Amino acid sequence: MDTMLQTCATVRGPLRRPYDVEAIRQQFPVLHQPARGRALVYLDNAATTQKPRAVIDRLQCYYLCENANIHRGVYALSQRATDCFENARRRIAHYINAPDPRQVILTRGTTESINLVASSLGRLILRPGDEILITWMEHHSNIVPWQLICQQTGAVLRVAPINDRGELPLEEFGRLLSDRTRIVSLAHLSNSLGTINPVRQIAAMAHQRGAVVVVDGAQWVAHRKTDVQDLDVDFYAFSGHKLYGPTGVGVLYGRAELLERMPPYQGGGDMISSVTFEKTTYNELPHKFEAGTPNIAGAIGLGTAVDWIEEIGLDAIAAHEEELYDHATQVLGAVPGLRLIGTAAQRASVLSFVLEHIHPHDIGTVLDSEGLAIRTGHHCCQPVMERFGVPATARVSLACYNTTAEIDALGAALGNVIRMFA
Amino acid sequence: MSELRELYQQVILDHTKRPRNFRTIPDTANVAEGFNRLCGDRITLYIKVENDRVADIAFQGAGCAISTAAASMMTEALKGRPLAEVEPLFKRFHAMVTSPPDQEVDDADLGKLAVFAGVREFPVRVKCATLAWHTLKAALDHKSGQVTTE
Repeated sequence: MDTMLQTCATVRGPLRRPYDVEAIRQQFPVLHQPARGRALVYLDNAATTQKPRAVIDRLQCYYLCENANIHRGVYALSQRATDCFENARRRIAHYINAPDPRQVILTRGTTESINLVASSLGRLILRPGDEILITWMEHHSNIVPWQLICQQTGAVLRVAPINDRGELPLEEFGRLLSDRTRIVSLAHLSNSLGTINPVRQIAAMAHQRGAVVVVDGAQWVAHRKTDVQDLDVDFYAFSGHKLYGPTGVGVLYGRAELLERMPPYQGGGDMISSVTFEKTTYNELPHKFEAGTPNIAGAIGLGTAVDWIEEIGLDAIAAHEEELYDHATQVLGAVPGLRLIGTAAQRASVLSFVLEHIHPHDIGTVLDSEGLAIRTGHHCCQPVMERFGVPATARVSLACYNTTAEIDALGAALGNVIRMFA
Repeated sequence: MSELRELYQQVILDHTKRPRNFRTIPDTANVAEGFNRLCGDRITLYIKVENDRVADIAFQGAGCAISTAAASMMTEALKGRPLAEVEPLFKRFHAMVTSPPDQEVDDADLGKLAVFAGVREFPVRVKCATLAWHTLKAALDHKSGQVTTE
């Protein structure tokens, strides 16, 4: 037992500086396996990132020596699990510079976070004829929850257009903001185009009209620093599994005064102070929004994931990824007949493309046969596909462990695709 | 790479680049649309039945190499056939593309369609190979609306 606890305490090893991508790769066991008989080249990081050994070990450690239900046991094991869980919340709050861990609600992921805001805030503030403004580049999970609450409240969904580069023109956006706009919800970084939206500027514009600002940060948080206070947004949603953490855990950061006023999202255990058949008093933040036993191991694993990132340094990761991104843009640009979908001046991590006369699905299958994992399809962004007149795209998305050699392998493999279908 | 060549055989690539019966049939009520949500493939299938035979069959749409070739080769295989043979042929075809890769293919009656046996190695592509067939069934049943591969 003592040995086990000791192992748990020392799962994180020191990293060499400057940025040593090989040392980082060594920490990701999944990368060191063959795929279709070749070295695996994992370029589908916008779907989910791989997990470093530190996170995997932390999950195992929790189940080996800390597992108990939280917030209710009088015994030491439960207290330990509760401490680990709440400590993870503090580290996650620190990672996004939330002023108070109570403003960090742990959910199942970005989708549940957005559904929580849409449902709870929607019921609090929306009246018939009120407007919700989203953008054309949103993931389905930042469209459908708003459609649902519109149906329930009589509010109207407005969509800000994007231009041919996949950018959000702010004049157009500003024109769609009105005194009826109650909520503005948009992606920080587009999962299908790679566009970075000027969130701080948009938040200021929306606040001027009295609207609440919700940000889908699923694609952003693993790539650039997130400071919810500096951005001055009201809600910020993201997932653990795109941040080198486990699946099934995510975050909703919220402005305290709004969270205090909002009704609960789900009812159950842990979210109450007292229950009688006549009246139930809800628990305080953040527990009011965390009904039922949460993904305890997942949250603790996510705490380890953000520690792991901070140890390497998000600035160092961003610099590495920017270099890779430029290289990938060049390599893809040299492929004949390739068209990038999404050429915004400010973009990161994601490169979406189509090849003339070759369906993305066929590209994906040929690349797979050479060990390269990329995503093909509509990326849960059907309006974006329609906007660009394509049924689907092939998408490459980068993470801290990708290398220029992998991008070169991608370029060579795309050459093979063209030869096969030419 | 050999599995890949098995999937994208020359005959399949040929039908992808030059799909046969790629047109409409204006004077028929047997029309259906098929849609593969996973990859966004869309197909419109037209079939004209006379004296319980497939008098004419054609398709239009946009899709991946496998779904385009499957639709093209299906139209070639069915043109002129008795209607009664359509369903059994689909069953054989479906059984072939979903059978375990190590199992021997029973390609009796399948003719040229046997080239799709390579799809067995790529389970996610089965929907591509069968989209046209599912759509055909809807067209014959006069089902209105859209067929999906889900």
